Amino acid sequence: MDIFGSFALLLAFLATVYAFVAGIVGIITRRTLLTKSARNAGMAVFGLITLAVASLEYFFFTDNFSLAYVAAHSNHALPLYYKFSALWAGQEGSLLWWSWLLSIYVFLALFLNRKKHPELMPYVGVTLAGVQTFFLVLNNFVASPFHVLASADSAGVMHMARLSEGTGLNPLLQYPEMVIHPPMLYLGYTGFTIPFAFAMAALLARYPGEKWIHITRRWTMVAWCFQGIGVLLGAHWAYAVLGWGGYWAWDPVENAALLPWITGTAFLHSVMMQEKRGMMKVWNVWLVFVTFMLCILGTSLTRTGIVSSVHAFAESSIGGWFFGFLGIVFVVCLATWFKNRDYLRSDNKLDSLVSRESSFLFNNLILLAACFAVLWGTLFPVLSEWVTGSKISVGPPFFNKVNVPIALFLLFLTGVGPLLAWRKTSLDALRRNFAWPLVGGLIAGAAGFAFGWREFYPQICLILSVFVTLTIFSEFYRGARVIASRDGSNLLTAVGELTMRNTRRYGGYVVHFAMVLIFVGIAGSAFNQDIQKELKVGQSLTIGPYTILCQNFDQPSNENYESDRATLEVFRNGHSEMMLYPERRLFRTSQVTETIVANESTPVHDLYVVYAGRSPDTNLPVIHAYLNPLVKWIWFGGIVMVLGTCLAMVPDRRAAIVLRAARDRSWGDAIVQGGSGSPATSPVRSAPIRRPGSDD
Amino acid sequence: MKARKKFLVGSGIIVATLLALAYVGYTQSKTYYHTISELPTLQGSTLHQRMRVSGNVRAGSISHRDGRVNFVLEEQGKDLSVSYIGNDPLPDTFKDGAQALVEGRLMPEGSFVAEQVQAKCASKYEASPIGAPAGGDKSPNKS
Repeated sequence: MDIFGSFALLLAFLATVYAFVAGIVGIITRRTLLTKSARNAGMAVFGLITLAVASLEYFFFTDNFSLAYVAAHSNHALPLYYKFSALWAGQEGSLLWWSWLLSIYVFLALFLNRKKHPELMPYVGVTLAGVQTFFLVLNNFVASPFHVLASADSAGVMHMARLSEGTGLNPLLQYPEMVIHPPMLYLGYTGFTIPFAFAMAALLARYPGEKWIHITRRWTMVAWCFQGIGVLLGAHWAYAVLGWGGYWAWDPVENAALLPWITGTAFLHSVMMQEKRGMMKVWNVWLVFVTFMLCILGTSLTRTGIVSSVHAFAESSIGGWFFGFLGIVFVVCLATWFKNRDYLRSDNKLDSLVSRESSFLFNNLILLAACFAVLWGTLFPVLSEWVTGSKISVGPPFFNKVNVPIALFLLFLTGVGPLLAWRKTSLDALRRNFAWPLVGGLIAGAAGFAFGWREFYPQICLILSVFVTLTIFSEFYRGARVIASRDGSNLLTAVGELTMRNTRRYGGYVVHFAMVLIFVGIAGSAFNQDIQKELKVGQSLTIGPYTILCQNFDQPSNENYESDRATLEVFRNGHSEMMLYPERRLFRTSQVTETIVANESTPVHDLYVVYAGRSPDTNLPVIHAYLNPLVKWIWFGGIVMVLGTCLAMVPDRRAAIVLRAARDRSWGDAIVQGGSGSPATSPVRSAPIRRPGSDD
Repeated sequence: MKARKKFLVGSGIIVATLLALAYVGYTQSKTYYHTISELPTLQGSTLHQRMRVSGNVRAGSISHRDGRVNFVLEEQGKDLSVSYIGNDPLPDTFKDGAQALVEGRLMPEGSFVAEQVQAKCASKYEASPIGAPAGGDKSPNKS
C-alpha cells in the first residue's frame, strides 16, 4: 500500500508537469487539442492525489506502523476521528493535505469553466499547474509521507521494520477543533490560488475588461471565508486548549494566518472600485499577487520554524524550497506586470474626499498598513539579525499599539463607507444618513461609561459599534420600506426581498455586522480579571460575582490518558450555579501533560477555570480562575460572518421592472463595460432605492 | 486633482501616526536574544535591556520558593540561574531537561529574573527508529 500511495503521488507529479508544459506549448502553438489535453491532465491530478491521501488514511485506520509518518503520529488507542485528522498532524502529511486541497480547487476551476473563457482558461491552467507542481515536488522528493521504517542489519542489508505501537498523536491536537481547524485554514490558503491564477491569466492574455474579477468573485469570497474561519477556529482552539486564558498572542503562526486574510479583505473591497469606476487596476492585480504570496509565506512560516514560535516546527530543511518558490513567484509577477502594465490603465480619477472611492482607498491603505505592521513584527527577529547582527523580537505591545487604532478606524469606515455615494456625497446626504446612528452611538457610549465601561479604546469601540450597527439596520429598514410600500407586503418580507435582490450588498452588511460583534468581543478583553490560589477541599476563592468552592479531587483515567481532576462548585449571590471540572491529563504513550480547561461561557462573560497543577511546596492543587467578558461574541461573530458570506454568494433574484428601470439609467462607460459580463455584479439590483449611496 | 491631494495629505497623517505608534510599541516591547555564553560579554546599556535566553533546564534544579520558581538553564556547558516571578502557571512542557526560553532581565550579580517562560518538551522523537521523518514536529503545534 505504501508503494501504491507513493506511485499515485509520482503520477500526480508527472500529470501536473505535463499540464504545465503542454499548456504552455498549447498556448504558443495555438493547438486546441494540446490545450485540452493539458486541462484534462490538470484535472486528473485531483484523482491521483486523492488516491495517495486515501492510501495514507488507510495506513492510519489499519494501525500499520511500518510507515514512519504513521508511527510518529498515531497509536492503537487513538480514537477513530483523530486517526483521520492525524493525517495532517506533521510536516509531510500537512503538505500532502495542502496539495490535495489545492487539487480540489484546481479541478473545480478547470471543470466548471471548461466551456467558458477559451482565451483565458489555458493561462489559468498553466498557472495552477505551476503552483501544484511546486507542492508535488515537496510531496514526492522532499517530504514524502510514504517513507517506510527500515533498519540495517550487521551485514548492511536494509530490512523493513514494522513497529507494534506508534508514538501517538500530540495531545494538544487531540481536540475536536483540530479535526476541522487545519482543513479550514488550508482551504483558505489554497483557495487564494484561484483568484491569483485568474489575475495572472488575465494579465498574460490581456483579457478585456474586469471579467476576471467577476469570474473569481465567488472564489475569492470562499477562500476569504475559509481563511477567516480558520483563524477564528485557531484562536478558539488556543483559548480552549492551551489554558492561558487568552485567544490571541501575536504568535508568528497566528500572524501568518492573519496576513492573507487582511490583504484578501482589502482585495474584496478594492475590486469594487475597478468594477464600478475602472480604477485601481494595478493595485488589484498586485493585491491578489501579494495575497497569494502571503499564503505561501504563511505556510512556510508554519512549516519551517524560521521565526521561533511556540507552535513552529523545529529546524527543517524545507525552508529553502519555500523561499525559492516565493522568489520565482515574485519574479514572474513582476515580469508579467511590467510587460503588460499598459493594459492596466485607470479609467477614472478620484473626484472628492467624501466619496465611496475615497472610503475604499482609506480602507485599503489602512488594511495594508496593518498587514505591513504584522508582517514586519513577525519577521523582525530575522530582519534585525540580517541588518544589525543581533536578534530582536517585538511583543504584543508593538502589535496592539499599531493595530488597535487601525482596527477602530476600519470599524468607522465600515459604518461610513457603504453609505457614501460614488464620486461625491453632499453634506445633506451625510446628515440624513449619519445623524441618528451617531446620536445612538454617543448615547450608548454615555450609558457604557455610567456602567463602568471606562477604558479609552473600548469606549471608542462601543460608540463605533453601535453607530455601525445602526447604519446597517437603517440601510435594511429604508430599502425594505420602499419595497413594502410599493408591493404592499410587510416589512419583514420586504427585508428578505431586498436582501435577495442584491445579495452581495446585503450579505456584505451582514459580514460587517459580524465584524462589529467580533470587535465588541475583543474590546471586552480590556476588562479581563484573573486570580490564582492554592485550594484545599472545602476552601474557596472569589472572582467577580462568583465564589468557587473546592469540593473534591479525583484521578479518573482511561487507556489513552490518566488524569488529575478538581470538582468545583460555583456560587453566585449565595446560590449554587454550576459544577466545573478542570483537569490535567497525562497521556500514556507520549508522557505529555495537558490542561483541560473548564469554561462556563455566557454572552456576558466566560468563567474560565484552569487546574494549574500541584504546588510542589505544599502539594496542594493550584486553581487559576479567569473572568473574561464578552468572549462569546467573537465566536458568534464568526458564525454570522459565515452566514453573511454565504448570503453574498447566492445569485440575485431580479424583478423584470427593476431591470428596465436600471437600463434606462445612465451609467459611466466603465460600468457598462465592466458590468455587462456578469449579471451577478451589475449595478441593476439597487435601482429601486433611489437616493445617494444606493448603488451597491 | 484637489481630492487627490487631500487624500494624500490624509494618508500621510495616518501613516505618520501609525509609524509613531509603531515606534513606541517597538521600544516598549523589543527584546534581544542572547545565548548564555554571550551574557558575560554584554556591556553598558545592553546589560539592562529586556532579553530572551534559551537553554535546557538542568535536571533536578527546579525549586519553588515563596511565589518564585528557581531553576538553572544550561547551554554548551555554561549555566544561568533563573528566577521566574510571573503569575502565570508554568507550561506543562516545563520540566527537567526541557528546552526553555525565558524572557526578562539580567540582575547585576549575574542571575536572571524571568517574567515569562516558554518550554518545548525534550523531543520524544529523537530516539525513534531510523527512517523517521527528519522534520518531525518536536513541539506543540497548530498545524
